[in-house]
Amino acid sequence: MNFAVLQFPASNCDQDAVHALKHLGHSARLVWHKDAALGDVDAVIVPGGFSYGDYLRCGAIARFSPVMQAVKQFADNGGLVLGICNGFQVLTEAHLLPGALVRNRDLQFHCEYIHLKTVTPDSPFTSQIPAGKILRVPIAHGEGCYFADEETLAKLKANNQILWQYCDASGNLTDAANPNGALQNIAGICNEKRNVAGLMPHPERACEPLLGSDDGKWIFESIFAALKNKTVAAAA
Amino acid sequence: MKAKIIITPKKAVVDPQGITVRKALEHMGYTGVTGVHIGKYIEIDLAPGTDQAAAQKAINDAAHKLLSNPVIEDYKVEIE
Repeated sequence: MNFAVLQFPASNCDQDAVHALKHLGHSARLVWHKDAALGDVDAVIVPGGFSYGDYLRCGAIARFSPVMQAVKQFADNGGLVLGICNGFQVLTEAHLLPGALVRNRDLQFHCEYIHLKTVTPDSPFTSQIPAGKILRVPIAHGEGCYFADEETLAKLKANNQILWQYCDASGNLTDAANPNGALQNIAGICNEKRNVAGLMPHPERACEPLLGSDDGKWIFESIFAALKNKTVAAAA
Repeated sequence: MKAKIIITPKKAVVDPQGITVRKALEHMGYTGVTGVHIGKYIEIDLAPGTDQAAAQKAINDAAHKLLSNPVIEDYKVEIE
């Protein structure tokens, strides 16, 4: 599978995403923010970092870059898009995902391992995660507190769009396990069409045991499986 | 000519900076402070002679699309 990993000024997890995808046996290339076309790709990763210096708001300026117009079109046509950390912020600013990410409740930057509970296997981003598996992956953010108004939150729940929630090592959704104050421990969501997702944790930093955890690979394996099914369906 | 845009967090959004500053004010002995809300102030210089109504409309549009995030923030535009 071919992945496009976007590269904005001050993206800093772009190379990690490319490395993780290659490590998992797929090809990935960087696409510069000024490029107006993605080329021939099967899925897009919007990586972590501090695009445009996080000026104004995280992701606010990246949203208007030429490459994001191409990503919007790609998503509108059903293409798979995953936003990680700053990429999640960019996707909410671009209105490809509902809600917003605001300052962590304790005003501190959190750089640590957290645990994630997968809420539903029903998405191209979660289908291969073993049932009941609690993922141990790192976070590194200062503005990862997910917020949505009541109406949006009700819609997210009704449509089963919440994909991951922060939990303790045993899978309990406690306040102590919530690193940033996110509404209902939300760590990641998808859109209504289920082809665009975003999460604050960094699965690309947890794809090899050498790095402390390879739990993140399940999210990418889910994407690979979804793309494979799509290819099989297209060929049939 | 200038456009002045004041951006504040929506009431439903938890504002940890505002809460921290309110607590600091209390600690310093300032009484009667019931809330602190921290936002942003943006000043935009406009070419002299710009039509005020057109500027108001354009800046409102920019405030909605870029300068603020309507999901979490309110804004107020003044042209002078």
